[in-house]
Amino acid sequence: MIEINQVTKWYGDYQVLKKCSTRVEKGEVVVVCGPSGSGKSTLIKCVNALEPYQEGAILVDGIEVGNPKTDLPDLRTRVGMVFQNFELFPHLTIEQNIMLAQRDVLGRSSELARKKAKGLLDRVGLADQAPKYPSQLSGGQQQRVAIARALAMDPKAMLFDEPTSALDPEMISEVLDVMTGLARDGMTMMVVTHEMGFARRVANRVIFIDSGEIVEDCPTDEFFAGNRNPRTESFLSKILNH
Amino acid sequence: MQIWNWSGFFSYLINPYILNGVLTTIWLTVVSLIGGLVLGFVVALMRRSNLRLVTVFAKFYIWLFRGTPLLVQLIVIYTALPQLGIRFSVIEAALLGLALNEAAYLAEIIRAGIDAVPDGQSRAGRALGMTERSIMRHIVMPQAFKVIIPPLGNSVNGLLKTTSVTSVISMEELLRRTQVLIQEKFMVLELFAVAAIYYLLLTTLWDFVQRRIEKKFGQSTQKLSLEDQR
Repeated sequence: MIEINQVTKWYGDYQVLKKCSTRVEKGEVVVVCGPSGSGKSTLIKCVNALEPYQEGAILVDGIEVGNPKTDLPDLRTRVGMVFQNFELFPHLTIEQNIMLAQRDVLGRSSELARKKAKGLLDRVGLADQAPKYPSQLSGGQQQRVAIARALAMDPKAMLFDEPTSALDPEMISEVLDVMTGLARDGMTMMVVTHEMGFARRVANRVIFIDSGEIVEDCPTDEFFAGNRNPRTESFLSKILNH
Repeated sequence: MQIWNWSGFFSYLINPYILNGVLTTIWLTVVSLIGGLVLGFVVALMRRSNLRLVTVFAKFYIWLFRGTPLLVQLIVIYTALPQLGIRFSVIEAALLGLALNEAAYLAEIIRAGIDAVPDGQSRAGRALGMTERSIMRHIVMPQAFKVIIPPLGNSVNGLLKTTSVTSVISMEELLRRTQVLIQEKFMVLELFAVAAIYYLLLTTLWDFVQRRIEKKFGQSTQKLSLEDQR
């Protein structure tokens, strides 16, 4: 579904990604972790072309992302994305947030888009919040709306960029529960997160990135069983020991 | 010699010749505002372009029209351009000068409004497969609008009064017509008082309209939604 091949990216003189390669099969859940500034967010933003890369190739559903001829808006409708800061549209109601791209990009009728929005809000447990504005919702609720908004486009895969990092601790589980449900339903997911409990329970594979390099890329059981690279070990000891 | 002629003052306060001048001032303001908004929006977008040449051109435009007096711009358009074979009627020259000048100021106001919308909002639109044009229309501009409205209102207030400058190229708006009457009737103070009253009336009316618009759109969604919650 997602194939990342020898991807290298520079910000001016600074190399953010160094020959990164990995694949995410259909229905697979892959957690990407690593220290801040390691390039993990940049890597998943390359997958839906929010960030350009200079070398290598990324294939999504068989389409080369870096090809200038690729219809990016079309590609992006196949890959949903959820951001750290939710990025709901503050001037629209919850329902309108979920309807906007359905109508504008997919050309769905107002009734169809509303029906889809209602169904998805129900799925993320927010059916009664449709007429409210984002600022009236808690962070956890906003992030669940953001997930529903991405799902409304019927994506084949979902990217999550630190979806719980901006949340108060008591709201993290409500978002992770929705993501777990999504994974159980067979969604292909690439998740940048430090939530190791989620990784352990849900992920098929865990990737560890440090200084722009993929240091570890192995099945979840193996990742948590030990025998890790010293860099992975040092990172995990920092985030697990508190 | 009479110091103040009350009957003259009142007769010119309700005088078809003056009232027509007031109407001219109003439509000059409206038309040059619309022209200024359209052109200002284009210049604001050019100013934000990734192409260096386009950005430089937009900056040059703003620099030129904000850096020279409107009076000079009008005189150049009306009396100097004919030397190059480019001729405009009084009305064309007045509208062109006002719109070009206004656009330079509005471009900066619109750009500030667009810049005030966080980049993450466009990124979210892009991630949903929306085109840049759709993002601008449905996501960025509605939010930028709230930031743009207060300074835009001030700009309209200024423009109402600035139209008087077109009197120098004999545009028959309120001030010009007042001056014409003064030369015939010599009631200098009375006639200027009439003109001042009409300018005050127009700016006061606009203040009222602006406050209504700000109430409707200018308020942040946060404030609005808090009221909904109660």
